Amino acid sequence: MKKFLLDLSVKSVEQIHQRYVLIKLTDEKPLPKMLPGQFVEVRVDGSPATFLRRPISINYVDEAQNELWLLVATVGEGTRKMASLKAGDVMNCVLPLGNGFTPAKNGEKVLLIGGGVGVAPLLYMGAQMQQSGLEPTFLLGARTAGDLLMLEEFKRYGRVYVTTEDGSAGEKGFVTHHSLLQQETFDRISCCGPTPMMKAVARLAREKGIACEVSLENLMACGVGACLCCVEKTTEGNLCVCKDGPVFNIEQLLWQI
Amino acid sequence: MNVKIGALALKNPVMTASGTFGYGLEFADFMPLDGIGGIIVKGTTLKPREGNDYPRMAETPSGMLNCVGLQNKGVDYFCEHIYPQIKDIDTNMIVNVSGSSPEDYAECAARIDALDKIPAIELNISCPNVKDGGMAFGVTCAGAASVVKAVRARYHKTLIVKLSPNVTDIREIAKAVEGEGADSVSLINTLMGMAIDIERRKPLLSINTGGLSGPAVKPVALRMVWQVAKAVKIPVVGLGGICTAEDAIAFMMAGATAIEIGTANFLDPAVSIKVRDGIHEWLENHKISSVQEIIGIV
Repeated sequence: MKKFLLDLSVKSVEQIHQRYVLIKLTDEKPLPKMLPGQFVEVRVDGSPATFLRRPISINYVDEAQNELWLLVATVGEGTRKMASLKAGDVMNCVLPLGNGFTPAKNGEKVLLIGGGVGVAPLLYMGAQMQQSGLEPTFLLGARTAGDLLMLEEFKRYGRVYVTTEDGSAGEKGFVTHHSLLQQETFDRISCCGPTPMMKAVARLAREKGIACEVSLENLMACGVGACLCCVEKTTEGNLCVCKDGPVFNIEQLLWQI
Repeated sequence: MNVKIGALALKNPVMTASGTFGYGLEFADFMPLDGIGGIIVKGTTLKPREGNDYPRMAETPSGMLNCVGLQNKGVDYFCEHIYPQIKDIDTNMIVNVSGSSPEDYAECAARIDALDKIPAIELNISCPNVKDGGMAFGVTCAGAASVVKAVRARYHKTLIVKLSPNVTDIREIAKAVEGEGADSVSLINTLMGMAIDIERRKPLLSINTGGLSGPAVKPVALRMVWQVAKAVKIPVVGLGGICTAEDAIAFMMAGATAIEIGTANFLDPAVSIKVRDGIHEWLENHKISSVQEIIGIV
C-alpha cells in the first residue's frame, strides 16, 4: 500500500475520559485508503523532549466526512501535547503504516477483543465488517465502568459485551473470564490491548483452537521497517512490528503461553 | 552541486546514513530516491545476524539511543535478494559492511566488489552495539589499520571508512586508515550512551548501552569533522544529527565533501530531498556557483 506524508488538519479534539482524547483529522483531498489495524506516525513538534514520531493506531475512518479518528491515551509528554491541539491546527502524519488485521471472510464469526486504549483499532475493524455484511461481536474490558471507551460507537456495528475488573459494568473480571466464551463459538479472534491481556487471550484461543491475531505496540522509531528497533521474535526470526506487524497471528509469535 | 569522493561521483553531496534508510525502498513512497547523491544501505555482515534483544531504542533529549546490533540476513542474501531490487536506482547505492575479524570484513567486501552497480562500500569499524568486532577495531589505530588493510587487498572500488567518535583522538584513527588506502572517511558513528528507567531501576536498552544519534550529537560531530578534515588528505563525509540544509552547510564548511542524513529520516521521511533543495537555494542566495567553494572554508 502506498504510504503518504501529510499535513492533516485537526477538526476536533474531544476529551472523552480523564486519560483519553479523540482527535478527528481531515484534509482538503480525500484521505488515502487505510485498513483496520494499521497505524499513523504522528510528528509531535520535534522539540527536544518529544523528538521522535508517535505511533497511534487508526481508530476509525469516516469516508463520508473525510475524517481520520485517533484515540490517544495521554501517557507522556508527546501524547499530552497532541491532546492540547486545537481545531485548525496541523498534525503531520505518515500513513497508513503496518499490515492491519486479516479481513473477515464471508460467513466467518469474528470476536473482537479489546482492553484499555487497545479498543481503538477494533472500531474501524467492526465498521468494515458491518459494511461487508458481517456482524462483529465486541468483547471489551476495562478497570471500571468509567474506563470503557466509545461504547455507543461500538454498539452501532455489532453486539457488545463488557467486563470490568471491579464489576461496575458488565461481568466482573477479565475479558477471558466472560461467559460469552463458554456460550458461543467463534472462528476467529482479533485482539488488541495490554500485553498480559493479549497473552491470556492467545492462551484461550489456542486451547479452543480459534485462529487469533494480536496487535503489538513495541517501541519504534522509523515506522517503515528501516531502523529495526521494534523487532519481535517470531517463527521467521526477528520481524518489525511497524512493517511486518503490528498484527501477528499468535502462531507466528514465540510467546510462552 | 556535484562532488567527488575518490573516484565516486555524486550528483549532490546528500546521502542517507546506514541503518536509518533501510535499502532505500522503504522510503520510495515519500521521495525520489534518485534525487540524492547516495544511499548507504543497512550494515551487512558475512553471516546473518539476529541482532540484540528488544528493547533496542530509547528516546533521549534531541536524539535517540539504539542497540540494534547489526541485524541483517548476511551478504549472500543481500547479493541474491536485495541487490536485484536496488541495482537500478539511479544513484550511488553504497553498502555498509561490518564484521568480527579482518578476514570477515575482507570476504564480505570481496563479494560486494563483484556487484556491478555497487560503486562503493562504507566500512563500519565503529558499531558500539556488538560484542565481537565492530567498534573494537575502530578505537585503536592498529585495529582500524588491520581491517582496512585486509579489505583494501580484496576490494577495488571506492572505500569509505566510518569512524567511531568513542576515541581519544579521532584524527589518529583517520590517519591510520588513510595510510592503509582508504579513499574517504565518514564520521561520526553513534556516541556510546545510556538511559535508565528510575522506577524499574533498570537500563532502557536490552544490552544496557547503545549508540546516541540525532541533533544531540551534532556539535561533537561537527568538531570531529573539522579536526579530521584538517588532518587527512582524503575527502571526509560528515554526519551526526544533520536535519536541515543549514546543518549540512555547516558540516561542509567544516570540511565535509559530502554529508549523510541519519536519524532525521525518522522525523521526516523526505528530509534528504529537502536538505538537497535547501543547500541549492542557499548557494543561489549567496551567489555561489559551486558547492565546492564552501568545503572546508572554516
